[in-house]
Amino acid sequence: MSEFFSNSGLFFALLGAAIATLMAGIGSAIGVGKAGVAAAGVLAEEPSLFGKVLIFQLLPATQGIYGLLVGFLILSNVGLIGEPKDISVLQGMLYFAASLPIAFAGLFSAVHQSKCAVAGIGTISKKPDQFGKAIILPAMVETYAILALLISILAIFGIAGMQ
Amino acid sequence: MAILKMQRIDIYALIKYCKEILETLQRRGVVEIENVDLEDSVFFKGDTSPLQAQYNRSAAVATEACEILTRYVPQKKGLLSSFKGREQLTAAEYEKMVDGTQDTLRIAYDIISYQKNIDMNEAEKIKYEAQLEAIKPWLSLDVPMTFSGTAATTAFIGKFSEKKTSTDIMTRLAELIPEVEGIDVEIIHSDENQTCVFILAMKKDAETVSDALRRIGFEYPSYISPVCPQEREKQIFRHLSNRDGRILEAQNNIKACAKYYPKLEFLEDYFIMKAERYKVFDDISTSRSTFILSGYITAKDAPALKQYLEEHYDAVVELTDADDAETPVALKNNKFAAPTESVLASYSFPERHEADPTSVMAIFYYIFFGMMFSDAGYGIVMALACGIMLKKFKNMEAGMKRAMKMFFWCGVSTTVWGLLFGSFFGDAVAVISNTFFHSPPPAIPGLVTPIWFNPVNNPMQMLMFSFLLGIIHLFAGLAIMAYNDIRHKQYMAVIYDVVSWYLLVGGAILALLSLDMMGNIAGFVLPPVFLTIGGIMAGVGAVLILLFAGRESKNPVKRLLKGAYGLYGATGYLSDILSYSRLLALGLATGVIAQVFNQIGSMMGDGIIGVIMFTLIFIIGHGLNIGINALGAYVHTNRLQFVEFFGKFYTGGGREFKPFKINTKHYTVKEEN
Repeated sequence: MSEFFSNSGLFFALLGAAIATLMAGIGSAIGVGKAGVAAAGVLAEEPSLFGKVLIFQLLPATQGIYGLLVGFLILSNVGLIGEPKDISVLQGMLYFAASLPIAFAGLFSAVHQSKCAVAGIGTISKKPDQFGKAIILPAMVETYAILALLISILAIFGIAGMQ
Repeated sequence: MAILKMQRIDIYALIKYCKEILETLQRRGVVEIENVDLEDSVFFKGDTSPLQAQYNRSAAVATEACEILTRYVPQKKGLLSSFKGREQLTAAEYEKMVDGTQDTLRIAYDIISYQKNIDMNEAEKIKYEAQLEAIKPWLSLDVPMTFSGTAATTAFIGKFSEKKTSTDIMTRLAELIPEVEGIDVEIIHSDENQTCVFILAMKKDAETVSDALRRIGFEYPSYISPVCPQEREKQIFRHLSNRDGRILEAQNNIKACAKYYPKLEFLEDYFIMKAERYKVFDDISTSRSTFILSGYITAKDAPALKQYLEEHYDAVVELTDADDAETPVALKNNKFAAPTESVLASYSFPERHEADPTSVMAIFYYIFFGMMFSDAGYGIVMALACGIMLKKFKNMEAGMKRAMKMFFWCGVSTTVWGLLFGSFFGDAVAVISNTFFHSPPPAIPGLVTPIWFNPVNNPMQMLMFSFLLGIIHLFAGLAIMAYNDIRHKQYMAVIYDVVSWYLLVGGAILALLSLDMMGNIAGFVLPPVFLTIGGIMAGVGAVLILLFAGRESKNPVKRLLKGAYGLYGATGYLSDILSYSRLLALGLATGVIAQVFNQIGSMMGDGIIGVIMFTLIFIIGHGLNIGINALGAYVHTNRLQFVEFFGKFYTGGGREFKPFKINTKHYTVKEEN
């Protein structure tokens, strides 16, 4: 049992990589989906707005990429990609903890960003010249995903430095 | 960095030159026309709405003709046609095109009538084909379907909507009306769905038989041929054969007009321009032989126009400095900063009396975009793409051109930051050299080793640098506020609103940096004396804010409370500065995702398949990364300008100067001065 436990560092690290990718990914999937539905509705009336509504649809897509980024950093740091390394239980758990900010902030910020994006799509369908303003509002929400990403990345770099 | 001086222009001229003057103004596009509200015994306003409507209708005719033409002769439109912009005509070409407009309009009407002809024939075709279908079961009937009987008999021509034999019908009739005799049933046609019958009865029994037939499901056919069905079939065939020929002929006629396509486009533009000129007519006042036109013009364009109008059209042009609330705002910036004017405009146009922040913003805009995108390879791709577009499509629309120029400079900045951080398509050079040449990469500065430092290895240094840039950005915003105050001669406000914050924020940062706790993060500690200096600075700043932030209030208690609220704004500065950490986060995101794709690409080894897979993944992966991160860099650069920077000083709310100009879809006219 104790042997099993002492080898489970890798498991926790992988759990971290998985949760970062999947939760942020779920958030982005929901967000991009919602925005896409609204975008398609506008296209029915105004096909010329395709370029603009596409950008709105993509705004909540970044969280999924941040999650992927954190997941990938963990995988490559613990040697699941590239050269295998020994990971202690503590390190594994630290990686798991490091993945939590982007996992949760990514999930919720993507969902809520998509609500802003849907509203923004509505704005530009009526006033296409207000694109610049309409796009800033969803970007506000993304700030918190970026802050979470920052902490996750800094933490991972820090843990890697401990080795 | 300037808001152009505006002048009010009043033009008084003879009505006989009205058309020419309006045309000149439209082509030059330098005057914003304002409604002259002048109606009295001499001056009146004409109503040109019927004319406008007529021209708009003609424009619609041209549009429709173009649309029909493209249906039969597709116009070649490249993938990049949206960059092409409008074609430029010289004045001579324009005149020539105008001379041909009557003929072109006739052609447009012709095209539309050909199309109507086609539509009509198509409809007829469908109608006759339906008749043909309906008549098919009746072909063996040798009397017209309208045949109602002879002198002594009545004929019933109709059908049952199921399969029936003559025996079925006879027996059913015999059951229902046993008293009637001499009914003759002839089956004309019978299949699974219907039975067509010809029934003959004595005239005296007509009504009884009719009732009985209805009860067993007899109905009259939907289409009744007035002549013998076979005869009718021949007629229909004759009709149909002509239809196809006529449609083809009309189509060929339309196709023959394909060469007029550019002229038709010009026609559309011509009538739109004309309609817009007449719309302006609503804004001017006319007497029997003169008219007055009033509007705004930038001071730099005014003398040339004044001279031209006075020389050519005997007009009297009055110029006065405009400074009322209605005066619109026009911006003027150098080549480097002008492209970001649209960013400013998308937030808000500056108010007339404040400084145009475009040039200051442009510097930070390019720097921040470059830092977030931060890859030399991506920067080169972006700058090259924009540069080639700008070279290739000279006539690009102004807005598109501005965006292209802006992204060109963003690309240049991205390249510079990428070289400083040692990122070229991520770590592409190192990965290629390790995977395919099995040797460590040559230490090319910029492409492999960073010229300055690598943010992935030194994130804390990058974070500090981001905050530093943020503080400079915010202080630059405050400096513009000071500049505005000085222009308005409010010198004390500079101390109360700007210097106080410089002292508070600057002092607080100095004090923080001399604490051991921050030393771990920043990597250096200032000598303890800075703690004192910083503390005093911050203290003075805080007192200034507390005492003067609420200086508009007369009530001292209210004033202090407002001052305290102003001091609370310090938390805003904290979050503003922290917000610049996105420079690090997005920069890391670009770099690390690029590395991820390189690593995935190199997983297939160094064989032929490895090379192919690497190339594929490299192109797709980096293409994707460019797309998503350029979007991120664009959006968040805008955000840093709009929220953090503009929030410090910018009022906005000015009205954009929108001169009366040629507002066409396909052509522009080059003005030769």
